[in-house]
Amino acid sequence: MLTAHWLYGMAGCLIVALGLRTALLHAALLQRLIGINVMGAGVFLVLIAVAYRGPGLAPDPVPHALVLTGIVVAVSATALALALARRLAAERDHG
Amino acid sequence: MNTTALLVLDVLLVFSLLSLAAAALATRDARRSVILFMAFGLVLAVAWARLLAPDVALAEAAIGAGLSGALLLAAVREQPRRALSGDTKPIHSRNDAGLKVTLQWTVTLFCVALAAILAWALTQAFDSASKDALAQAVSANLAASGVSNPVTAVLLNFRAYDTLLELAVLLTAVLGIFALGPARSGYRSAGPVFDGLTRWLVPVLILAAGYLLWVGAHAPGGAFQAGATLAAAGVVLRLAGQRTIGLPQGHTLHIVIAAGVAMFLVVGLSLLVLGRPFLGYPPALAGGLILLIECAAMLAIAATLVLAFLGGRPQPPSVNPAGAKPGALSISMLRSRSREFPSDTDSHNAESCRGFNEEKNRC
Repeated sequence: MLTAHWLYGMAGCLIVALGLRTALLHAALLQRLIGINVMGAGVFLVLIAVAYRGPGLAPDPVPHALVLTGIVVAVSATALALALARRLAAERDHG
Repeated sequence: MNTTALLVLDVLLVFSLLSLAAAALATRDARRSVILFMAFGLVLAVAWARLLAPDVALAEAAIGAGLSGALLLAAVREQPRRALSGDTKPIHSRNDAGLKVTLQWTVTLFCVALAAILAWALTQAFDSASKDALAQAVSANLAASGVSNPVTAVLLNFRAYDTLLELAVLLTAVLGIFALGPARSGYRSAGPVFDGLTRWLVPVLILAAGYLLWVGAHAPGGAFQAGATLAAAGVVLRLAGQRTIGLPQGHTLHIVIAAGVAMFLVVGLSLLVLGRPFLGYPPALAGGLILLIECAAMLAIAATLVLAFLGGRPQPPSVNPAGAKPGALSISMLRSRSREFPSDTDSHNAESCRGFNEEKNRC
């Protein structure tokens, strides 16, 4: 059993919980978005930890591809959420 | 490197990750939160390089930390402080204090339970006997995939469906952003130092994007990293006060945005017509077809990410300052010093037109 597996994997689990807590409890939209992004980063960390096979060994490329896809989807979702927030603020200001 | 040194590095990285995540989420100041989140993303990229995932590390540094950070900072800058920072009263302030504490504890316990379940599932995954099955399938078929980087092989060949749908997600997001309103107004033109830096940085970024795209076939890199690097060039130009930032206008822009999905579909359907499965490349042509799709995907990803940074539909060319050629990456545009105000009536414009440098001094 590899130590790195455990360290990074468990850190990933904790980061998911931290991000989710903020996304659920925080009032400010932007910090909720950051919470969701941190949560996603935790999931990615778990996946990369699962893919790791030890020093000098080739890691599993399938989780790597999943995470790459996830990063791009996360940024586009964030961008859409920010555009929605911007429109919301504009609607509020104009009555 | 010996195991003790690696262990020290691991412990340091994990500690930094946890404390940066906690700090980014705990702070009340939106700007500080975003900056800590970007630092978190960069440390995460280092951690992934350590875990032998250089493709993902590159993407995280460019997209997760870089472009997400730029998007969030632009949002912080635009919106009034009360709307984004913790000055607003929490949603549950209407209720009495006891209920609020109960809610917080319930959510916290729920999150702790979720982390415990995840950790348990993770131990199962570590111990699983069949965990190498997919990795073995990839390495067994890598020779027929047309590329020698296994991550690119999975993304563009073995799991090409996923990547096609991912590009469709990007397209949907950019259409949503278009539908929600016009782009933010531009920034004031940069001073001589940033202007000089831009003139060096933008060509280097474009060159780096081309390199990453080409090298992705056999080494860390690929369309996503290349697209993000190209988008970074657009963001730099935008911050330097450019308006069109090299994006094409009108229908050409629409074609570029749809290029990734379109190229995927053209290749997939052509193969279908020729009697092969959808996106089942013949091994002899696989390398070329993957490069073709990646070129289109890079342009689409770059355009999408830049449009995401603009935050809306780009203004029509008529709003451009006189003398600026739409869509051209000319140095003369970088030199223009005029302060630009668009003609639309968005009430945020006066706020967001404040210069970048001015903004930095203010905070």
